[in-house]
Amino acid sequence: MERESMEFDVVIVGAGPAGLSAACKLMQLAEKNEQELMVCVIEKGSEVGAHILSGAVLEPTAMNELFPNWKELGAPLNTEVKGDDVYYLTGEDKGIRTPNFFIPKPMHNDGNYIVSMGNVCRWMAEQAEGMGVEIFPGFTASEILYNDDGSVKGILTGDMGIAEDGSEKDSYMPGMELLAKQTIFAEGCRGHLGKQLMESFDLNKDADPQHYGLGIKEVWTIDPEKHQEGLVVHTAGWPLDNHTEGGGFLYHMENNQVSLGFIVALNYTNPHLSPFDEMQRWKSNPKISQFLEGGERVSYGARAVNKGGMQSVPKLSFPGGLLVGCDAGFLNGAKIKGNHTAMKTGMLAAETVIESLKAGDVAGKELSLMDEKYKSSWVFDELHKTRNFGPALHKFGTFLGGTFSWFDQNIFAGKLPFTWRNTTPDHATLKPAAKCPVINYPKPDGKITFDKLSSVFLSSTNHEEDQPCHLKLTDPSIPLSQNLPLYNEPAQLYCPAGVYEVVKDEEGNDKFQINGQNCVHCKTCDIKDPAQNITWVTPEGGGGPNYGNM
Amino acid sequence: MKILVGVKRVVDFNVRIQVKPDGSGVATDGVKMSMNPFDEIAVEEALRIKEAGNAEEVIVATIGPKACQEQLRTALAMGADRAIHVLTDDEIQPLTGARILKALADKEEPQIVMLGKQAIDDDNNQTAQMLGALSHWPQATFASEVKIEGNTAIVTREVDAGLETLSIDLPAIISADLRLNEPRYVKLPDIMKAKRKPLEAIALADLNVEVAPTVKVIKTTAPAKREAGIKVGSVAELVTALKEKGLI
Repeated sequence: MERESMEFDVVIVGAGPAGLSAACKLMQLAEKNEQELMVCVIEKGSEVGAHILSGAVLEPTAMNELFPNWKELGAPLNTEVKGDDVYYLTGEDKGIRTPNFFIPKPMHNDGNYIVSMGNVCRWMAEQAEGMGVEIFPGFTASEILYNDDGSVKGILTGDMGIAEDGSEKDSYMPGMELLAKQTIFAEGCRGHLGKQLMESFDLNKDADPQHYGLGIKEVWTIDPEKHQEGLVVHTAGWPLDNHTEGGGFLYHMENNQVSLGFIVALNYTNPHLSPFDEMQRWKSNPKISQFLEGGERVSYGARAVNKGGMQSVPKLSFPGGLLVGCDAGFLNGAKIKGNHTAMKTGMLAAETVIESLKAGDVAGKELSLMDEKYKSSWVFDELHKTRNFGPALHKFGTFLGGTFSWFDQNIFAGKLPFTWRNTTPDHATLKPAAKCPVINYPKPDGKITFDKLSSVFLSSTNHEEDQPCHLKLTDPSIPLSQNLPLYNEPAQLYCPAGVYEVVKDEEGNDKFQINGQNCVHCKTCDIKDPAQNITWVTPEGGGGPNYGNM
Repeated sequence: MKILVGVKRVVDFNVRIQVKPDGSGVATDGVKMSMNPFDEIAVEEALRIKEAGNAEEVIVATIGPKACQEQLRTALAMGADRAIHVLTDDEIQPLTGARILKALADKEEPQIVMLGKQAIDDDNNQTAQMLGALSHWPQATFASEVKIEGNTAIVTREVDAGLETLSIDLPAIISADLRLNEPRYVKLPDIMKAKRKPLEAIALADLNVEVAPTVKVIKTTAPAKREAGIKVGSVAELVTALKEKGLI
């Protein structure tokens, strides 16, 4: 089929912190060099920010470099961190505050800001558009386009107006080819094109498998009496056992709101574990509920994060394109932050493209300068310093692992002469359900804790109903023939949006049901399915959550 | 002929509406805003009339703060030829909106003013009718089909009893109902083109219309939460439960 196409110098996939930083930096450098540059950013969310979900405490390092005058320009970094509490929760109504001295250094937040990353992205998009970048929200990048020599030549935007049965509706609009000299992939954690690129160019060859966590977040408006703007609270321990990694956060933002959430590492072993229910019951600990009582929950969402750190970073360049941000995986697990590293790697990609353009044609070329720039950047330094943080927690559990990290970070400054590795991918860690204890989660009280469906409602998620399901099963029989008997089909529990259900059909037989319209695009199913049988593909553009200030 | 289409920026239909804690209105900070869906249908219909050769120009107009430009650009990307932005930061009630549209219609002299039947934020369903009264033009509201035949419009209306077909002389006001059409998807190149289409900004004060609001909002509250129900095992239990509640 003959498709329409548009040509750009650079196409960026994803209007998140990495993609938008790349766009802004490209235009800044082009202007400095008095060079004409056509840059476009495509974004699957209905608007910039609609699919952005992050804590977030932002370390402003990259922002200072990208926009030294961000304050004058009105960047929404309004709440400086004023207090930093870490609790080790020991039970459902107990927790001890960890004295500041015992907190690993990377977890200190002096000079950082509590932000809504969605709003920061909206602001960055305005800056980028002001510099001439074309931003197209509501369009997906559904496929990678290759030249005959195998190099990437751009992406194809998703078709619109396809019915559930695959036929073309009246409103049908075929996708377009967006062609570029270099395509920068900034889809975020477990990008569906990034995943294909890693396979087709073997980018993971020298890296460990990526490791992931699932973050579930809520925003609450709370009683002004209980609100302490600028206070940052982190918790470790309960409700997770000592061998399941994860923890909670609660940040006091502006306007009497708190942003809170819980991250569960996706290498958990018990298929009865439900990250959603862990998050809900975590809120009932008095260290958290003290702030929420009398308040109102205003938003909900979930997103996978990558936490493999330095050991899991793939090769970043390949013929015709670059990987940046969480599409590659630069989150610093010890700091629990990845926005600053995402932004910085986006900027490095921009520098790479501009410097390479000076040297000649870059179309379809592999710009290994990107990998060199990463290795000599502060991103690499900080990931190198904290490289043993994740593996230590994995090896020794939260308590001893945390103790190791204190020595590693506060005494040895990350310079211990060894690197621990974790080579089991997260989808391979589940133990058979029969050999694991069933977890009895308390019923939601409707005040502090809630059920899944009323939660998903607060994510304002919407997909055009009459469209093919965007969650593809390679073998449709596996959920019932393997996953159900062996692992109690864990998708029912790990999905934070209630997309997957095992229900009875009219004859009383089990049926695996996928409620694709509920999907909040967190990508956990694509990561955790033990048979790696679920593939997340892009739904019709504009579908998915509509996060406000998440 | 020209068609003037009015569009309004509203909270997106996917967003769960939240009332401000002080009851002064609906929270719009950090909330996704879009073109009122009925207005999108109105834009689409105007474009179809033009594409069928029955109009030469489609002008879209909105009233509101600077950010409303986004919705005008969307309409331009759909295919409208030019846009008029009446700038104001004040809240605009239906009567004021109708007066402003009347002023624009006097200026532009369109043959059709096409509007959404109502905006999904206040659900007033008044502007088209008020504009009809102010302009003394015929009106056909709740349109589910529009045919242009020379100087008349044949409009099928969705009414309580079924469908009603009117023949009205132009110039006229038409308000779009849900089933009139399915708006098109916007194409990427058209989004880029839309940025270069003419967009005229007019200060509200320059239009010389009366803007004082005539309706005062006293309080905004969220609907009461529905209480959880109970399951009963038998008719007898149901009767007892109803009696206990004093319902029978």
